[in-house]
Amino acid sequence: MSSIEERVKKIVVEQLGVKEDEVTQNASFVDDLGADSLDTVELVMALEEEFECEIPDEEAEKITTVQQAVDYIKAHVKA
Amino acid sequence: MSGNLQGEVALVTGASRGIGAAIAQRLAQAGATVIGTATSAAGAEAIAAALAAQGGHGRVLDVTDGAAVEALVEALGKEFGGVSILVNNAGITRDQLLLRMKDEDWQAILDTNLSSVFRTSKAVMRGMMKARKGRIISIASVIGLTGNPGQANYAAAKAGIIAFSKSLAREIGSRGITVNVVAPGFVQTDMTAALPEEQKKAMLDQIALGRLGQPADIAEAVAFLASPGAAWITGETLHVNGGMYMP
Repeated sequence: MSSIEERVKKIVVEQLGVKEDEVTQNASFVDDLGADSLDTVELVMALEEEFECEIPDEEAEKITTVQQAVDYIKAHVKA
Repeated sequence: MSGNLQGEVALVTGASRGIGAAIAQRLAQAGATVIGTATSAAGAEAIAAALAAQGGHGRVLDVTDGAAVEALVEALGKEFGGVSILVNNAGITRDQLLLRMKDEDWQAILDTNLSSVFRTSKAVMRGMMKARKGRIISIASVIGLTGNPGQANYAAAKAGIIAFSKSLAREIGSRGITVNVVAPGFVQTDMTAALPEEQKKAMLDQIALGRLGQPADIAEAVAFLASPGAAWITGETLHVNGGMYMP
């Protein structure tokens, strides 16, 4: 089973259509990876499905980088 | 055009009679799996009976109940696959001169005719975005463009549908989802049968084609907007009114 980091990375690559090496820990979805607001909503939807959780809107807004997504999943989802 | 909606799953609200029933029938003829909704169990059964030959279904739904809307869309997703065509047709009237219009007359119309479109559209959005395709078609009214005495509430809600659809069209166009409106004129249904005789005559005088619309006239326009051929039309309002109003 892949680590949370790898799974998050894979989703970001798929959703945003970016190259894997662009998806660094501190990459910002909007500023570095070219996501628009709709992309970020979709990204959260994809994370919710992958990790079978529900991310409330107010939490989702705070997830703006790869690391923040990983941290959120680690804190809220049982591996 | 028969058969061009094979494999699509169409949800039509307010489908037990009038325009909604005709739309449900037409989309089913084109090959879609149609689920029509009504507020009562009897209405849902009538829809199921009407659509039985084409494999359609009836469901009970109160479009003012957000949780019920979400639950239905989720259930349909499991049973038939995600909704790929949403037709927002459910609507009511509470005609009254503004001076006599009660708060509840205003609220009921806004809630059933406009907020319902927000609820259903939002409920199908996730599935359509993932599928990278979808059609949202809402039934407004010529009254939403011309206004009508005694229908300030209805006109406001119907105009709201048009503006809502334009915004949503811009928002999700990049995901292959189109959002359009059909604005019927004076169509022969139970709703318009309730209008006073003189108002009916006055409206008929304004119709270039010299007859009232039939529910099938509206259904045909909806079937077109749902069809693959309408893939590059979004944010549009199709006026189907016999020439009563030409914006």
